Formats: sequence, C-alpha cells, structure tokens
Amino acid sequence: MAQVLPAERDLRRVIGDAAGAGDRQVEGLGEQELLEIYRSMVRLRTYDERSVVYHSQGRIGTYAIFWNHEAMQAGAFHALADDDWIFPSYRESAIGLLRGMPPATVLSWWRGHPAGWWNPDDYRVASICVPIGTHIPHAAGLAWGKKLKGERAAAIVFFGDGATSEGAFHEGANFAAVTGAPLILFCNNNGWAISTPVEAQTRAQTLADKAVGYGMPGVRVDGTDVLACFEATREAVVRARNGDGPMLIEAVSYRAAPHATADDPSAYIDAERVEDARRRECVGRFEGYLRRAGILHDDLAASIQTEAVEAMREAIKAAEAEPPADVELLFANVYVDPPASFGSDLEELRGTLG
Amino acid sequence: MAERSIVEAINDCLHVELERDSSVMVLGEDVGRSGGVFRATAGLRDRFGPDRCFDTPLAEAGILGTAVGLCMAGWRPVCEMQYDAFSYPCLDQLITHVGRYRWRTGGRMEFPLVVRMPYGGGVRAPELHDDSPETYYVHTPGVKVAIPSTPADAKGILAAAIRDPDPVVVLEPKLHYRTSKGDVPDGEHVVPLGKARLAREGDDLTLVAYGSMVAVCEAAADALDDVSVEVLDIRSLKPLDEEALLASAAKTGRVVIVQEAPRTCGFAAELAAILAEKAILDLRGPVLRVTGYDVPYPYWQIEDEYMPSPERVLAAARRLLEF
Repeated sequence: MAQVLPAERDLRRVIGDAAGAGDRQVEGLGEQELLEIYRSMVRLRTYDERSVVYHSQGRIGTYAIFWNHEAMQAGAFHALADDDWIFPSYRESAIGLLRGMPPATVLSWWRGHPAGWWNPDDYRVASICVPIGTHIPHAAGLAWGKKLKGERAAAIVFFGDGATSEGAFHEGANFAAVTGAPLILFCNNNGWAISTPVEAQTRAQTLADKAVGYGMPGVRVDGTDVLACFEATREAVVRARNGDGPMLIEAVSYRAAPHATADDPSAYIDAERVEDARRRECVGRFEGYLRRAGILHDDLAASIQTEAVEAMREAIKAAEAEPPADVELLFANVYVDPPASFGSDLEELRGTLG
Repeated sequence: MAERSIVEAINDCLHVELERDSSVMVLGEDVGRSGGVFRATAGLRDRFGPDRCFDTPLAEAGILGTAVGLCMAGWRPVCEMQYDAFSYPCLDQLITHVGRYRWRTGGRMEFPLVVRMPYGGGVRAPELHDDSPETYYVHTPGVKVAIPSTPADAKGILAAAIRDPDPVVVLEPKLHYRTSKGDVPDGEHVVPLGKARLAREGDDLTLVAYGSMVAVCEAAADALDDVSVEVLDIRSLKPLDEEALLASAAKTGRVVIVQEAPRTCGFAAELAAILAEKAILDLRGPVLRVTGYDVPYPYWQIEDEYMPSPERVLAAARRLLEF
C-alpha cells in the first residue's frame, strides 16, 4: 500500500515581505535562472494585459484573464525539463510562449482562427482544455504512457479550484496514483469558479487534503510566490522521475481580475480583498525580491518589459495578417480519411457562397 | 479458417493485433486477471503482460480520458466498456475530446483508439445491461462506428478499428456472443470500415439491419418464402456504405429498416432520410422502420415484447408489399 501522507495546511513561501523580512534563497537558482523566471513572468503579464486591451478593441474574442496567475505558471514551468508535457486549462492559454510558441498562435486561438491550432508534439503543450478538468485524465494517460515506454518525461496539468469538484479530477488523479504516473496536479486555487467561492465547492479544509484520498502527497503554496511555486513543482518533478508517482500542489491566491472579459465580478467578489491582492500582485512581488537581492535594476527591468511589449505588438500584427480561414477548414482534419459526404457538402456550400 | 463464436473471434483478433503491433494495448474493467466478464480478453494478460492488458480502476470516463493521453504518448489503446449502458460516463470524453482532438491539432496528431463494448438486450440481465447506444456515438463528429453481426466480421472489423488512425467505437452483439458461430480466417483478418455486407440477395424487398438485428431479418426472410428478400447488413454505420444501401433500394424498391434501439432519432431514421433524399424515384412504397420503443429498455420479463421480432418485421414487410 502507498503511504498515506497528511496534506499540508500552511502555505509554503520563499519571498518575504516588501521590507525583505523572510526572503529565502532557492537552492540551485542562480542569478541567470532567477532572471529567466522573471522574464517569463513579464512575458505572460504582458500577454495578458495586452489581450484585455485587444479584446476591448474587438481584435480578439472573449478572453480568460490570468492576471496575477503568472507566478504559478512561470514558477511551475521553470521546474520542468524540455521533454515534460504541459496540459493547460484556458487559464494557462499562453503558457506555450514559455516553450517558444509564437504569441500570434495563442492570439489566433482567442480570435477563433485555425492558425491558433498547434501540434502538441511541437511544444509538449497539449491543446487548451475548455471544459473543466476533463484534461486531467489525458495528462494521467500521457504520463503513464511515457512511463510504460521507458521515457523519462513527466506531465503537469493545470486546473482551477472548481475543477476539483469534477469527476474528471477524481478519475484522473486516481488513475495517475494507481499507475504511478509521473504527473504533477497543479491546482490554481484563486478562490473563485466564476462567481462560486471555493467554500461552496467543498467542505474539505484545503484542496490539498484531497491528495490524501489518492495516496499521494498534497502541498499548499502561496500562488503569488513564484519561487514557492517553482520549488514545490521541482519537488514533485523529482518524485515523478524517481518513480514515486503523482503529487498535488494547491497554489492559493485571491482572484484579482474578472474570470474572463465577459464577466463582471462586482456582483459577487470582495472588492477589498481584490485591492489587497492587486497591491501584492505576483510580478511586483518577485521584482521586489530580485531588486533586494541586487539582481534586477531599472535598466534591465525596462529592457525586459520593452522586449515583451514589442513581441506582443508584432504578434497581434501577425495574427491579424492571417488570411481569412477558408471554409474548407470546416471539414479538414476531422478524420484522416474523411467520408465522401464531406466533399459533396463542401461543394454545395461553395455553391451557395458564390 | 476455424469455426469460432463471436466472442472467440474477438479474442483471437486481440491476440493477433497485440502480437502484430507492440503499441496496441487493452485497458478496461476486469480485462486482465479475469479476462473480461465475457472472456473477450482472456489470455491477453498472460501472453502480453499486465501493462498491455491492464485492469483499470472502475471509472469509464477515466478509461477513455486516459486513453486520449496514451495516444499522445504513442499507444494505440483498445478500451473495453463492460456493458453498453456503462459507457455513458465516457460520452463526456468522447464528445468533448476524442472526436475533436485531431481536428483541434489541425490534423497533426492522431488518436487511434478503439472503444469496444457488448451491446443489446435479450440476455435476461438487470437494468442497464441491455442498451443499444449507437446513435450517441454515430452522432459524435470525429468518431467512426461499426457493429458486426458475424464472427468473421467481429474479428475483421475490430482489426480494422485497431489499425484505423481515427477513433472507432465497435459495438458487439452480446446476445450472439456465443450462439453465433461461423468460419473465421486465422491470423490477420481485416474487414475494411465503410463496406456493407449483403447477407442475402433478393429482388422484391430489402431488410436493412446491423448487429443482432441481422439475425432477426434473416429469420423474417426465411418466413417470407413466397417473396425474394434481400438482407443488407450495414455493419459500418460511420463511414456508411451509402452505395450499397441505394443499390439495394434501387433493385427492390421496398425497404424495411430494423433497429433494436428506441425509434426517435435512431440510426434507422438516418438511413430512411438518405433513402428519402436519394432514392425516392426507386421506391414503390414508404420506407418502414421496425424498432425498439421510445421507452427505457424494459424489465427482462417483458423484454422479448420490446425487441423487434421476426413477426414484427414480417408484418412491416407484408404492409410494404401490399402498398
């Protein structure tokens, strides 16, 4: 029998307060690695903020905002090796950027354009999962399948607090545990599933507690502390590679932005806590840490910022320059060998389009 | 060539395909240690090991969801759903991911998985061991669906499904798992999807069916000794052999479609619609359906009355011949 470990209650932290009290160092992270993590956070932050603007300008469709989730995404990402797989929910839509995916691809996805399709194999990033939690079994299957083939790759799957109420979470976590799959279950607990607070999702004291039932460790980290997210994920990756199976990480924050561009949280959210979360937002917190350590200074911060903004300017141009999708793409790629009806349907459709 | 039952033919197919391709694996509830509740997977665990014939936790959606990830890791999973109606939890994965994932990757990633399950009634079983769920699967874009009726087709169609680069759902007529016997080719045997089987040639009337209803149609055809009856076994619902359907309709001008599933929006309705669109001038009378009723599959004490019978098929045939 797998040993049942009690899940942690306290949030793990690395970054201290604004005065530097409690700042810790993470073993194995030198100046270059820390700056790479920062660069990733800025790229994600810039992607997110520009996307909200592009949406307001009508240049992309409905968009799921991930402002203040950059610490979870970048922290976890930098603990992975290049051959590890990432299974994003829509909240991590742009995480592929950190694997070299052009931001224009992700913008195209949010523009509803087929140029937003990618080959998961190219980036070891699965397609964005829109329904809640149903990609968790996929990640379990991939991790198990890699293990069966004797490959060393692990997988990480991102999902929100609401997803832990889904059957797919349970089935995926349990399959991963039973098969000893090298999987990291990364729960972004921002306290809200659109308008439903986490207290209405569960009577468990913490979401990490759920790990106990699967016979895997569960840990809680401050989700706005990028180094705490990194450190916990690295621990999970090491376990996974050692054949010790999956691990659940609950990264806790308070959602500081609407669920998506179509959402108005004023009807349900605690405005004071939002203000507080915005004051302690994750990119600024890490920036403070790096400045206190003497690693980041104004010029470097400005050049990282400029680089990220410039990349987005080019990306939206590229996305908007994509030729309109041909109606042929209605039928393309559904089957390797499409049925004859697809050909006649397309012909008829073209006839009516003139 | 050897005489085998349907379930023996399936078992033979799985042995051949796992031997042929080391990326093929079987997963499902009780498939390994017990060899499956119908013994369809018997012997695989001993022959190929517990990883390639894997006893899963009891979670149908988890089986299919995990299979999606296994495909991404380079496997060709063959998932067993223990019974027709136990497959309903996996519809979520089938609709939201299995049928869409290739399309979602712009055709750059393949999902060569198979879902196979025993289906249909007549076996005196408790509730939800008797359903005919093919419509749910056929209606799902990106998924192919086949239902064999003979031992040779049970082997050949499953082999085609396993080798197919797209997801395929194979429903197996459990009523005839052991009672239907026939010659089955040894070794590799593939029956391509998308081809109907002319079970019996005739000139006056066509009975169209698939799976366990083919035998009902053949019994009705035997009883109609004064009429030349054609029996068309559709066997591949998607892709569909429309040519074979239209050719038979053109020849006989009279079509009765028999389906065990409830009537409304059943696959018979699709076949009837195709005939209405493309064969209207060939038809000498209305396309008739003999189907299950729009009710839950009944308690088994009255299941025989629910199931389309040769008598009901005969009555429909007579009506059409007298039209």
